[in-house]
Amino acid sequence: MKPIFMTYTKKDLINLAVCMVLSVLIIPTFIKTEYWYTSILIPWLCLALATIGQQIVMGYTGQLALGAAGFMAAGAFAMFNLILRVPDLGFVGSLIVSGLIAAAFGILFGLPSLKVRGIYLMVATLASQFFIIWMIDKFGWFKNYDSSGIITAQDIVILGKPFTTPLAMYFVCLAVTTILTLLAMNMARGSTGRNWMAVRDMDIAAESMGVSLLRTKVQAFAISAFYCGVAGALFAFCYLKSLEPVAFDIKLSFKILFMCILGGLGTINGAFIGAAFILLFPVLLNAIGNNVFHGAIDATIISSIEQVIFGLLMIIFMIYEPLGMAKLWENLKQSMRSKLSSSGIKGVKSPVLKK
Amino acid sequence: MANELLFFMEVLVGGLLAGTMYSLVALGFVLIFKASATFNFSQGAMVFFSVLAFCGFMQDFNIPFVLAFILAAFLMVVVGLCTERLVLRPLMNASEDTVLMATIGLGYVLEGLAQAAWGVEVRRLDLGIGDFPVPWIADNLKLFISALDITAGLVAAIMIIGLFLLFKYTKIGLGLRAVADDAGAASSIGIPLKHIMLLVWSAAGVVALVAGCMWGARAGVQFALVDLALKALPVLIIGGFSSIPGAIIGGLIIGAVEKILEVYIGPFFGGAIEGWAPYVLAIFFLLYRPEGLFGEKIIRRV
Repeated sequence: MKPIFMTYTKKDLINLAVCMVLSVLIIPTFIKTEYWYTSILIPWLCLALATIGQQIVMGYTGQLALGAAGFMAAGAFAMFNLILRVPDLGFVGSLIVSGLIAAAFGILFGLPSLKVRGIYLMVATLASQFFIIWMIDKFGWFKNYDSSGIITAQDIVILGKPFTTPLAMYFVCLAVTTILTLLAMNMARGSTGRNWMAVRDMDIAAESMGVSLLRTKVQAFAISAFYCGVAGALFAFCYLKSLEPVAFDIKLSFKILFMCILGGLGTINGAFIGAAFILLFPVLLNAIGNNVFHGAIDATIISSIEQVIFGLLMIIFMIYEPLGMAKLWENLKQSMRSKLSSSGIKGVKSPVLKK
Repeated sequence: MANELLFFMEVLVGGLLAGTMYSLVALGFVLIFKASATFNFSQGAMVFFSVLAFCGFMQDFNIPFVLAFILAAFLMVVVGLCTERLVLRPLMNASEDTVLMATIGLGYVLEGLAQAAWGVEVRRLDLGIGDFPVPWIADNLKLFISALDITAGLVAAIMIIGLFLLFKYTKIGLGLRAVADDAGAASSIGIPLKHIMLLVWSAAGVVALVAGCMWGARAGVQFALVDLALKALPVLIIGGFSSIPGAIIGGLIIGAVEKILEVYIGPFFGGAIEGWAPYVLAIFFLLYRPEGLFGEKIIRRV
């Protein structure tokens, strides 16, 4: 398809317009219950953003990393300290700087990727997960010497206006997520993304073709950690409304890994699909437990079942569709399109021979 | 001065013995990696699953100790069989990373199943071996070493010798090594790939059960075992993924360094550096010897 605006095709612009109309006009007019914003839409946007970060390093650059939650914690606590200690920076400025701080950690812990890959790298990135959480936990300065362990996040104030209602917070998350998603798409399509994918597909070949491994990998880790850091700050300030290192433990890292893989490696829309699925499925399961079985099933059993189903899905996807739900969606669209074109137009026979 | 030395010795020996516990978990990883070049991320979950089943048999059904152990071991063989049939066989030609992710999924399934079947409460596991200093050693050598640690060390030693002999001198061991080297070539000369896989996964399951018993007796049988088992990863990096002696040495190094750092350097940073020190140590090893101390050199071609 021919690009009509910069490198975007007509299809891209239509998709963007539909998403914007849906999220800015339709959702706020039709959804009035706070529950939807505070428990579903806001965490969905935050986690989708973190999953994009994971996608960049894992789906696009092919580096097996397992430390997204650590970078999220770095971003969240950086945000807390920046607002507390450098109030002149403002909310947006703090958000960017906390993303950059997370990116610095990303560079530091991404360096081993130059030497190792696969499971080896996974272990190296686990170090970042445990180290960052420990550091925040042990040095009181990061928590402003708060002894209770849980700190209340400051209110979000942008240009003197408070953003404290769920709807306002939703818009903050939406704006940040939209901008960063567009940026990620741009990077993935441009030379940056080409380099990432070249490294993913065969790093030695990429290197011999003149792609700098050092630059590409470190860049991917830094950008990934930036996304995770910003997502972590939003997660803490808009969703949790409190800061505690425990919220960013290894379980969250695994969750984001699952979102990334089930959603579809190497796709941006997969990040949104995966995050929605992992977030909504437990809600659905709980609803079934409460309404169909009327609480006869213990909550711990339901969460165990949820875990089993996630695990099974992971195995099933790895066997039948390693590219995840985004690919399923693509296949569905493809088959719909071919059905429409074969049945919709009269007089034109489908070129496929049928018995 | 003598007291300080004695204290250091005590820390060192305690660390080394605690390290054998990591080795036991790492052993399961190595077994599977050696025979199938698959990294089984669910080994930690297998530890948790097997020992929880063992406790469940004993405490919920009042099955005697030995019988419960045999039943749990049998259960792990069934798990191995199902894994081979349902997960590994369809993924025979998939890439390493794909199989790794599938085993992460498998780990989730096992954790969920174990908790659904046996509950989420912390269970106590009494092996009849106390986790307290052995009086004889305390009196004569002035070292306080837990009986459980010594047992774990002995069990690890026996298992390692057994596995080493199996790999080195039996026909099955030769088959295992052949499959690890090149699965396609091995099956084309008539080595039954499916049986080998089943055998290896069952053996890893039983190793997981033994490791789980040792950990369970110390820390209680609980979900945290899965996170503890993650520490087997740096052990493997240091020792090398395909080496049984490597798993042991790696475990000893991690155990000793972790304890020494915690006791001597930890207080300056507010303690609890045990949580990340092994991983950072593993990173330094990776930078100098990516294949580990005893691993085979990794050669990659375009």
